[in-house]
Amino acid sequence: MKRFRRHGQESQRDRLKQELFQFNKTVEHGFPHQPSALGYSPSLQLLAIGTRSGAIKLYGAPGVEFMGLHDENAAVTQVHFMPHQVELVTLLDDNSLHMWTLRGHKGLSELLEIGRFTLTGPPGAPPSVTRVTAVLAHTSGELLLLGTEGGHVFIVEVPGFRELEERNISLDQVAASVPDDYIGRRNLEHVEALQENPINPNQVVIGYGRGLMVIWDLEKRCAIQHIPATQQLESVWWTEDGSYILSSHSDGSYCRWMVGGEDVNDEEEKSDIPYGHFPCKAISKIIQLPTEEGPPFLLFSGGMPRASYGDRHCITVIHCKTHVALDFTSRIIDFFVIRDGLQHTGDPSALVVLVEEELVVIDLQTDCWPVIQTPYLVPLHSSAITCSHHVSAIPLKLWERVIAAGELQNTHYSKKPWPITGGQNLAPDPPQRDLLLTGHEDGTVHFWDASGVCLYPLYKLSTAGVFHTDADPNDNMNQGAEGEWPPFRKVGCFDPYSDDPRLGIQKIHLCKYSGYLTVAGTAGQILVLELNDEAAEQTVEAKVVDLLQGQEGFRWKGHTRLDVREEPVLFPPGFQPFALVQCQPPAVVTALTLHSEWKLVAFGTSHGFGLYDYQQKNTVLIKCTLNPSDQLAMEGPLSRVKSIKKSLRQSFRRIRRSRVSLRKHHVNNTAKLQEANARLEAELAEMELAPVQRKIEARSSDDSFTGLVRTLYFADTFLSDSSHNTPSLWAGTNGGCVFAYMLRLPPVEHRADEPVTAQPAKEIQLMHRAPVVGIVVLDGHGAPLPEPLEVAHDLARSPDMQGSHQLLVISEEQFKVFTLPKVSAKMKLKLTAVDGSRVRRVGVAWFCSSRTEDYGESGLVVLTNQGDVHVVSLPHVKMQVQYPCIRREDVSGIASCVFTKHGQGFYLISPSEFERFSLSTCYLVEPRCLVEAPLHSGSSSQRRSQPDGASSTHRTRQDSEDAEVLQEIQKSLEGDQTSFLENNVKSAVA
Amino acid sequence: MNKNHRVQSSRSLSAVEVKSKFGAEFRRFSLDRSKPGRFDEFYGLLQHVHRIPNVELLVGYADVHGDLLPINNDDNYHKAISTASPLLRLFLQRKEEADYTAFGTDSLTRKKNTVLSAVLLRPDTNRKKPPVIISLPRDFRPVSSIIDVDILPETHRRVRLYKHGQEKPLGFYIRDGSSVRVTAQGLEKLPGIFISRMVPGGLAESTGLLAVNDEVLEVNGIEVAGKSLDQVTDMMIANSHNLIITVKPANQRNNVVRSGGGGAASGSSGRSSDSGASYYGYSSQAAAASMPTHIIQNFPVDELESDDEDLVIEAGGEAEPIRRAPSNYSMPSLPRYEPHLNLRTATTSVSRRSLEEDGTVITL
Repeated sequence: MKRFRRHGQESQRDRLKQELFQFNKTVEHGFPHQPSALGYSPSLQLLAIGTRSGAIKLYGAPGVEFMGLHDENAAVTQVHFMPHQVELVTLLDDNSLHMWTLRGHKGLSELLEIGRFTLTGPPGAPPSVTRVTAVLAHTSGELLLLGTEGGHVFIVEVPGFRELEERNISLDQVAASVPDDYIGRRNLEHVEALQENPINPNQVVIGYGRGLMVIWDLEKRCAIQHIPATQQLESVWWTEDGSYILSSHSDGSYCRWMVGGEDVNDEEEKSDIPYGHFPCKAISKIIQLPTEEGPPFLLFSGGMPRASYGDRHCITVIHCKTHVALDFTSRIIDFFVIRDGLQHTGDPSALVVLVEEELVVIDLQTDCWPVIQTPYLVPLHSSAITCSHHVSAIPLKLWERVIAAGELQNTHYSKKPWPITGGQNLAPDPPQRDLLLTGHEDGTVHFWDASGVCLYPLYKLSTAGVFHTDADPNDNMNQGAEGEWPPFRKVGCFDPYSDDPRLGIQKIHLCKYSGYLTVAGTAGQILVLELNDEAAEQTVEAKVVDLLQGQEGFRWKGHTRLDVREEPVLFPPGFQPFALVQCQPPAVVTALTLHSEWKLVAFGTSHGFGLYDYQQKNTVLIKCTLNPSDQLAMEGPLSRVKSIKKSLRQSFRRIRRSRVSLRKHHVNNTAKLQEANARLEAELAEMELAPVQRKIEARSSDDSFTGLVRTLYFADTFLSDSSHNTPSLWAGTNGGCVFAYMLRLPPVEHRADEPVTAQPAKEIQLMHRAPVVGIVVLDGHGAPLPEPLEVAHDLARSPDMQGSHQLLVISEEQFKVFTLPKVSAKMKLKLTAVDGSRVRRVGVAWFCSSRTEDYGESGLVVLTNQGDVHVVSLPHVKMQVQYPCIRREDVSGIASCVFTKHGQGFYLISPSEFERFSLSTCYLVEPRCLVEAPLHSGSSSQRRSQPDGASSTHRTRQDSEDAEVLQEIQKSLEGDQTSFLENNVKSAVA
Repeated sequence: MNKNHRVQSSRSLSAVEVKSKFGAEFRRFSLDRSKPGRFDEFYGLLQHVHRIPNVELLVGYADVHGDLLPINNDDNYHKAISTASPLLRLFLQRKEEADYTAFGTDSLTRKKNTVLSAVLLRPDTNRKKPPVIISLPRDFRPVSSIIDVDILPETHRRVRLYKHGQEKPLGFYIRDGSSVRVTAQGLEKLPGIFISRMVPGGLAESTGLLAVNDEVLEVNGIEVAGKSLDQVTDMMIANSHNLIITVKPANQRNNVVRSGGGGAASGSSGRSSDSGASYYGYSSQAAAASMPTHIIQNFPVDELESDDEDLVIEAGGEAEPIRRAPSNYSMPSLPRYEPHLNLRTATTSVSRRSLEEDGTVITL
């Protein structure tokens, strides 16, 4: 009977679960890891990036992004958009070609792979014959020219990848017509470059690795002109007017060749080694673009003097008298130039450079060519991310002040709007303003707008100014010495080199209502900062806190405390530090929390924890949690690494010594020596092959780092008796111990002069001794207590103080609810004992029902060491749902995970990218965007291909017909989009 | 355990009738149930009523199940008093001629029902090593047991290690390996978890029920198939207070052979068949419910949840384990006073001795 009733309830609960929870990975923020190819479609205004892991990502206007993944786990080596179409072709490392398209579906576009193709050569031909080295997407949109390692050019019809064998340009055909004095010397080598004549799509130039370039007529299927360059070819560029060809070479030179009718004129027009005299590196790509009035822009990458600047990653831009070598932070993958005008044929407006670690866009129309701030693809890892903190629903006031502070930092950026504007972002406006704060190794905290699809940088806080560091103050990024040659200018913000690893940020806590921020770092420093709209010069007084409390026998072998600047420091508008606590020993801060209403900060390290009153600037409480027999915690963070190193070194020494001694004593007895050596080898092999085994032992109080403070929590609850609630501080340690302190705060009017006191109230030792990773107090209704000031700002229901409160202690192994004020176990949920996974990250989140708007409930969001996310109900701690999220081997991904208050989360999928996921059915941030086929392409081709007008006018008509059909389809799909479309069509037809 | 206390004591009469037997002599007297006093007072009283002031005694009593259990400290003395209904039957022996094996489960009824219980209660090692170290009667609680013999295949063995908060390490290691299974498709090689090493002097080794290269099939009723070595490690550590491992012993010669096949064993197997199945549930109540109900034990089931006994120290007050009355009882020879552990009720001279031996435990 009972069983039946429960069953009914459970199915009802199951239904509710479906309304509340749903797992989605929604969007990847940041910069793709290991980009390997760049493509751009001027007509779509879309940028495409291929990566070494086979991902292809498309970006347009902010919020317009698409992602695709090749099934093959091979690097993308080239990306080419089909001109004037929504298709693009990718070439992978494994020599396969893939056709992708943006297909409309329910009013949104999706990136889909629609075909794949691998060149097949004649039977018996070596693989190099079909190994693709150059790709040209022909402007007709119907042909793909593929140059190969064997020197052949294959012509393929797309879409569909049909090989047009009769049109292929074989090496023999070309070689037959090459002047004997050239061909006689060497093989032509592979096809390095393929370029189309901008004014005659029937002519292409084929550049061979050896240096020879051949202009080929696709219609007549014959060579028109031979350009006999003698240096190894790197790239070819056909100038806009079709009259010149530029070629760049491996010796750092570039040449300009006249395109003429007759073959006789094969003299190079002009050759130059821009950074010459001494040997130079190759110029890997060269572009020349005309301007309406005045000389053209010349851009090329590489070509630096090999000995002096061979390690620089430069793109040189030359226009009029201006000559700048843009010095990038990492290897250049590729670059392109965006041009003005409806047909994208006007003046160059922006240079877009993809380097290995960031995307840099340079405004070529403003003096000094400033950088345009990128709204996406921002390198999260400009310095390595060490921690992150998410704050949901930021009040508008704080939001505006943060943005204002950030704008003052961005004065060196160009004022021009973002030049890549393809597609429409159809995602609804985010329901709230969310901030993601990332702490970095160099002591900076970056504030990101995490409300929508674009993780946009708002503000950057640097804490390094408070301390004396080894950094050279004159090390300015943007200034090169006068008269330096080449004229370098550093661009980009990727800077992985930290001045001092002690500056690294480990914990962040921001109070969104008061604007107080506390950050804590690697060397035990805790800064309390306040948002100030004016610059201020102030001295930050340091308070050293001895967490050992006289513990004997301690030897700290780790780093020293940071050296604080004693003189006043000028802090720019934004978050300005006003209080500093330095832990002694200066171990990394492992837990941090802020209560802005009580004006208290609690912090913990592996040695203990403390409570700091930042209004009176003194410490209220210090508690040492160190176990005196814990040697590892006693010695500091480096000793462990050192000991491994030491033991390795010792064992190698031992082996070497035994070998040497063997040699000494038994030089004559080779057999014995061999035997001994064999034994040593066997020993070594055994050492390597010893099976991985795990010790099964209950935890004991003597384990290492039991005193490490894992979590700190402030709560206004019933600690001593059930009639009076008091402020309290809770701390949980690695050894499964929970400490509770009753806090006595003076009345508000005496807050500044009467001391705050803390009294030990309770200590709970969990029997299973697993690390305590979270503490939450639940009110009389079983709901988690609200954040400080949340009630005061009318943003949360005040907690129920009538019913009895409960304490939820989350250890790595189980969730356990205790009664308060008398602590006795009420219920629990075992995790590890049942499935062997352990809690790594936990957060409290609010879930709304997707069906009934007014229903919602709190839940615990949990990430385990197996990479699964769970939702656990409150207050009954019952497992609700479980989804696999991160690979269990991805330890850094699991460690980086941060949850939002509304059931979303972020984790690092690479040093530079956050994956965003959602467990909620209601709060989803995912790209929703539409890209339409370029409708004005016809007129563009009309202008470009005047010589044979007949064919292109025909094409125009066809295109506009297409446009009409498309328009009808779009109309039927969505009513409100049509006006935009009509405008587009009108402009295209006109 | 504690619940039983309360239930029993709530309906207690004020006096307990005591019938004490020493040799062939009986003495009868009564004790005040509400004020039983301390064990040493009681011991003195016994010596007094039997008029044997200088004889070292071993005190035992028959509990409600008919088991002969020792009385040698305040706790078990209080337990004996509180559970006596209405008569407390005491059996006194001279220490030098005491028969330790008399103590234990079913000890008073064993003669009637020898075959199965004798096999189960005394593992092979006990027979091989006559000076029975691991089952000294003063240790009241078992160290290990084979359970669920009636429902498991004969090739498997389900072993329960009773940690009871002792200092003695569990003392074994596990590793990855592969095992060959017979399936419909023929022989199949599957990854498995194996015991790789035993720590000399550890609990696992001392039981003799586990050995190197035994394949681990389940941990506390949950199959380990498909789980990684680290997961199984964490599961075992999380269950270390009451670890039940089902293994397929590498050495299949010492398997328990079922007597008769039918009879009483089959009767209970129907009841407990679910415990053999893989269990994946979330509520701890259900996990407890999946424990077989007939497992051989001489303490109540709710003690399985021994990790409920988290220790809470109230400000200014004394340390007290949750849901457990404080007991004042000193152990001079205990190496270190451990306020976190519930040693006070369980630790005996046996575990103390093994502690001293454990100085040589090798760790990686």
